[in-house]
Amino acid sequence: MSVLSFFTWCENTSLGEAIRASRWLFPAIESVHLLALAVIGGAVLVMNLRLLGLGIQRQPVDRLWRDTWPWLMGSLTVMLISGMLLFTSEAVKLYYHEAFWVKMSSLLLAMLFTFTVMRKVALADPDRVGPLWGKLAAVISILLWSTVGVCGRWIGFS
Amino acid sequence: MSLLGFCQWLANTPGSIALHESIWAYPIVESVHVLTLCLFLGLTVMLDLRLLGVTMTRTPASEVLGRLLPWTIVGFAVMVATGALLFFAIPVKTYLNIFFRVKVAFLLLAGVNVAIFQRTVSRRMHQWDTDPVPPLGARLAAGVSLVLWAGIVVAGRMIAYNWFDKNP
Repeated sequence: MSVLSFFTWCENTSLGEAIRASRWLFPAIESVHLLALAVIGGAVLVMNLRLLGLGIQRQPVDRLWRDTWPWLMGSLTVMLISGMLLFTSEAVKLYYHEAFWVKMSSLLLAMLFTFTVMRKVALADPDRVGPLWGKLAAVISILLWSTVGVCGRWIGFS
Repeated sequence: MSLLGFCQWLANTPGSIALHESIWAYPIVESVHVLTLCLFLGLTVMLDLRLLGVTMTRTPASEVLGRLLPWTIVGFAVMVATGALLFFAIPVKTYLNIFFRVKVAFLLLAGVNVAIFQRTVSRRMHQWDTDPVPPLGARLAAGVSLVLWAGIVVAGRMIAYNWFDKNP
């Protein structure tokens, strides 16, 4: 089964059809997607600003990581679920949209980076991992997540 | 001049027409407006969650507020500037849009909420600074803020739809 035929199948599921048929379902799901965007942005920024030396400096990095982790995971879950619902309603259009593919690739990279490098940097012994590594990780993290956001907005322009 | 008259005048200014008809400028301004949500609202949410006592409970409230507020102010300034430009590009239709009016009303309420917080429970922050769960007044302000901002985001998204537009 090709990717395109899978996307076509997604769009023709009763779920996809129901979202397309409804006048308010798509904007409602989009609103949830946007609200979760704010939360994930906040959780990512609190952590990255700390690593850059521009945030809540009086707290150890690992403590801030543990405090923001549930909000990052919670909002990411809402983002993924609402995003999949939006996808189902217009999968074929997205297949032909470059921004969609750039968004999915950078999303994958951003998640991988967060779960591996960021996690390691955040939980590392500050005496062993210098602040420069933290700053570098923060810049990469912000760039990756921003790409996801910008491409997400760009999907709407077509 | 009525508000509607002002919007009609605004719509006919060269700047408004140029922005409205631009291929790149309008989508770029809109993208900046939406994505600054992460900076402004994202950090506001984290701040409110601290005031609710559900995150960063071991960090003094004053540290969270002191460090994050400057960023939220920067974010808010960008939000207002880009929001004003978006209104400037499409003044009449936006003015007549019911969701836009709800959004403005909620924005004013959010401002009142901040003003009350700063004049009351925030003044006594030294008493509850290190409390994992701040006093009821602070939690109330944070809860109201979260509800209002959620409403503002949803209403803002809905401005794109003219289901209930008023007629000029």
